[in-house]
Amino acid sequence: MKDAGFIFGSYIVTLGAILMFAVATLRRAKDSSQSVDEKDKTWL
Amino acid sequence: MSQVLQRTSATGTRATKVIGALAILVMAWVVVSGLVLTPQDVVQGESVRIMYVHVPSAWIAYLAFIFTAVASASWLISKKHSMGFDRFAGASAEVGVMFMAITLITGSLWGRLTWGEFWQWDPRLTTTAFLFVTYVGYLAVRRLEGSVEQRARRSAVVAMLAVLEIPLVHFSVVLWRSLHQGATVLNPNGDVKMDDLMLFTLFSGVVGFTLVFVWLVLHRQRTMLLVDVANRQGLDAAIAARKIEGSVN
Repeated sequence: MKDAGFIFGSYIVTLGAILMFAVATLRRAKDSSQSVDEKDKTWL
Repeated sequence: MSQVLQRTSATGTRATKVIGALAILVMAWVVVSGLVLTPQDVVQGESVRIMYVHVPSAWIAYLAFIFTAVASASWLISKKHSMGFDRFAGASAEVGVMFMAITLITGSLWGRLTWGEFWQWDPRLTTTAFLFVTYVGYLAVRRLEGSVEQRARRSAVVAMLAVLEIPLVHFSVVLWRSLHQGATVLNPNGDVKMDDLMLFTLFSGVVGFTLVFVWLVLHRQRTMLLVDVANRQGLDAAIAARKIEGSVN
């Protein structure tokens, strides 16, 4: 299937972008969380 | 319980865990069905498989930008000017920009297979690229110097103007002659000519991407709250230090 590279590529780009965004968000949250009091974390 | 949650993720709750797990399950189904189970298209052949990630990402990007505008309007209208609206607007726009980038890249790959070229200055492609650049600009406005209130006011105005581009993008295939195909599912006569499994996989994609959107926005807006609080604490500490310095001198 000559189109396979483009088709798989589109799925890899999609899932890769979502994964990278998710990891970056969680890392940033962890870094920022250390200097913030528990009472300010309203979702807990 | 809260300590356990914090150890795994600073912004996670039981709800985000459930949403995240559901998102993984639905996305896994979309990948398997989109790549393996669904039939090829009569006209486009195998390349139609890109539709299952391209179309939902475009719809969710639109949805994200509409939420950004609604949250921005809510911030401007509300008397309390709750910063929660502003953070939601910012988080939704960031996720929307990511989905719009996915739309442009996957559309470009699909275009190469269908039209023989990665890019054409076609009305749909051009207006979509313009929408993407506008929201990158919106994110840049959010990073300008100033207080959180100034950030919220400036970006709310930009968001409410930027959202006006969405109808232009959506109807560009009707308003102008376009290489891009018209709406297959959201067409005005409601006549959807698509295989049942293809349609189900496409809607699964919309559900999966929506769950991903909700999960990312929840985490991102909580992260923004943490950053705002940390910045405020830093500012308070700096002011206190200057006061002490002033009283000593």
